[in-house]
Amino acid sequence: MSGAEVHTNTLLSVRGLSLAVAGSGRQVVKDVSFDIAPGEIFGIVGESGSGKTLTTRSLIRLLPQAITVTSGLVQYKGRDALGMTHRELRDLRGAEIGVVFQEPMTSLNPSMTIGRQLEEGLILHTKLQPEERRHRILDMLKRVGIRDPEGALTAYPHEFSGGMRQRIMLASVMLLKPALLIADEPTTALDAVIQRDVMELMVELTQAEGTAVLLISHDLPMVARYTSRIVVMEKGSIVEAGRTEDLLDAPQHSYTKKLLQSLPLRGEVRVLDTAKAPMVSAKDIVVDYPGRKSFLKKAQAKRALHGVSIDIHEGEVVALVGGSGSGKTTLGRTIAGLVKESSGNIQFQGRSRDADWRDYRLNCQMVFQDPYSSLDPRMTILALVEEALRLVPDLDRAAKRQRAREVLEEVGLGGDFADRYPHELSGGQRQRVAIARAIARRPRFLIADEPVSALDVTVRAQVLDLFSDLQKRYGFSCLFISHDLGVVEQVADRVVVMQDGRIIEQGDRDTIFDNPQEAYTRRLLSAIPALAINEQGGVKLKWRLEA
Amino acid sequence: MKKLTFNGLIGGILIGVLLVTALLSLVWTPFDPMKLSFTARLAAPGAEHLLGTDEFGRDVLSRLMVGARAAIWIGALTVAFATVCGTIIGLISGYARGWIDGVIMAINNALMAFPGILLALGLLAVFGANQYGIIFALGIAYTPSMARVVRGAVLSLREREFIEASKVMGNSELFTMLRHILPNCLAPITVLATSMFGWAILSESALSFLGLGVPPPAPTWGNMLAAGRPFFEQAVWLGLFPGLCIALTLLGINLLGDALRDKLDPRMRGLK
Repeated sequence: MSGAEVHTNTLLSVRGLSLAVAGSGRQVVKDVSFDIAPGEIFGIVGESGSGKTLTTRSLIRLLPQAITVTSGLVQYKGRDALGMTHRELRDLRGAEIGVVFQEPMTSLNPSMTIGRQLEEGLILHTKLQPEERRHRILDMLKRVGIRDPEGALTAYPHEFSGGMRQRIMLASVMLLKPALLIADEPTTALDAVIQRDVMELMVELTQAEGTAVLLISHDLPMVARYTSRIVVMEKGSIVEAGRTEDLLDAPQHSYTKKLLQSLPLRGEVRVLDTAKAPMVSAKDIVVDYPGRKSFLKKAQAKRALHGVSIDIHEGEVVALVGGSGSGKTTLGRTIAGLVKESSGNIQFQGRSRDADWRDYRLNCQMVFQDPYSSLDPRMTILALVEEALRLVPDLDRAAKRQRAREVLEEVGLGGDFADRYPHELSGGQRQRVAIARAIARRPRFLIADEPVSALDVTVRAQVLDLFSDLQKRYGFSCLFISHDLGVVEQVADRVVVMQDGRIIEQGDRDTIFDNPQEAYTRRLLSAIPALAINEQGGVKLKWRLEA
Repeated sequence: MKKLTFNGLIGGILIGVLLVTALLSLVWTPFDPMKLSFTARLAAPGAEHLLGTDEFGRDVLSRLMVGARAAIWIGALTVAFATVCGTIIGLISGYARGWIDGVIMAINNALMAFPGILLALGLLAVFGANQYGIIFALGIAYTPSMARVVRGAVLSLREREFIEASKVMGNSELFTMLRHILPNCLAPITVLATSMFGWAILSESALSFLGLGVPPPAPTWGNMLAAGRPFFEQAVWLGLFPGLCIALTLLGINLLGDALRDKLDPRMRGLK
């Protein structure tokens, strides 16, 4: 996408927009200005709390009640959007400005058929006859890649996967041929491959209709891939704005540089002793999930893993990658003992895992994906870490407390953090606690299930650094589960690719990244850029081809 | 400490007055609540008998104070019984799932199908009408709702990652249940227990009114209403004051319960 052309006319113009929390007067968005030209793809990049979502919500006046516009001007096609009556706003929303939200699981009404939901906008904003409406909807569903458009009309949202729902959402918005599409983190909840497919589709559709796109995301490479101009927001203010290429090539503001430097880069190649017997060895693991029982019908088991084998050597970080539904999380949980395997056997340090369960439990720990749900909200940070030491023999109470404090210090949460509760911490800090809890026992083997995918870019970089440091210091083996190949490229020694419950390709990291054999691996890789850092602190993004 | 809302404050004051009165009745009442006086039968409220006297000349205020004690005592023990039983049943049911959950919930649902007061009536017929019979009967009648609420909370909690984290640490099921699940259920338990306290007082009054509660001459608000019923035309205070006591107590409990829920629910934290 090159955005060299100069736009003379503007579609949307924002000048000096400031938002504040009513009552307290705390400013959440400060003096934000930008213009969007017709047909342009424009990006806003920022981390959580940067005010990017509030800014865009104020454009269509969908702000939370507690937030008010304190100053500024928003003009849409030369009309004052902030001063519009409700009637005018309703004509504007949907027909002129469409919105795709982040969460495909909740942005469609679960009790309405797809057909009725898509029809709603057409009834409101057009004078089409029922037959024409049906025709338009079918046509649009076909264009967004729904396999059976006729069937989809009478289907309900839960019958579709997240990626399909986001396509349907896109269809419902694009049906009205809006002049501006606001896409707020449209693909954040999706895995990398589907994310790219949905983005490509969005760009293709909007370009065909001449619709401008306001793309909002924390994912700088993704935004950079599709936009011609970008603004970077931090703490409610725009810190840098410009053409995408210039901004990547020669970032001016320190925050932009920090964002770019936080992108994962390939780690060094480590020489590991793999001649010894593996630390953990799983053989021919089969996992069946019981199917849903229905009246007078026997439950049909669903096979999640079809005989998977994996070895992890001492001190090795093995990344398990694949899309959602590939079985990577199931494999991790099976090895951890949270899911019972239907058949197969798991060995730990040369013995059957089940022979000495206590020893395995002391030596195998896990870091979970969601730092908001993995910590008991009623316990202090210190108590959480101490609990991990409860079953460790040969340590008295004082020694355990001492160890817990040391570990917290190690993950950068020393001092008065010990007495705080999880809800007082940020996502990154919580994930540090989760890591502290996992390593407090000095385990030989760690399973990390998407440990950084819920975190912001800069926080993710810090947590990954911490993880690598700890791994080097203690030398534990690690099974690192992720759908984000960028992260994997940074931390893994070896990569195992899974699809549909089977391992389809594995090898050391550089081989997989530089010379992938399987088509699916290439698709995964095409979703992330190869980075080259230049001397101005900028980066060059190179996208791998899928073919 | 955050400030209580206006409603919470009113509720707190009402319940506070009730508790103080009940405690005071242990050491002092204006008159002996049991003392009959044929000279002062059906005396209207006045300087001597602040709230009047009943058909046997007993002081209504004194009897209401002792009645408050009975109400609180029965309410508290009923709630304690239902909370302990309901929480244990709910924890087991929600945590075990499978057929254990199926059996427990089938019994639970069957019990819930009866109105609480009807169930209590039946049980009282078996166990006899006295203070402990009421507590036992109402306790059993309320246990299913508590079990249900706890089970619901456990079902959603057990899917959270910190429960899995506890398993990965090697903690036993019992430890996980007591250390991680139970404390996180405390908010809904407290809220339900508060409103149960109100229901219990109301049901106790109703049962006493029907003659199935604490037998006279021991005063409770319910049997005072029942005893005064034939005389309401001449002595409206015999119906008015016990009725007011019941109504104000329930109002206080509901207001306080709402305030407690807002305080205990983490989702309400930080909202103004």
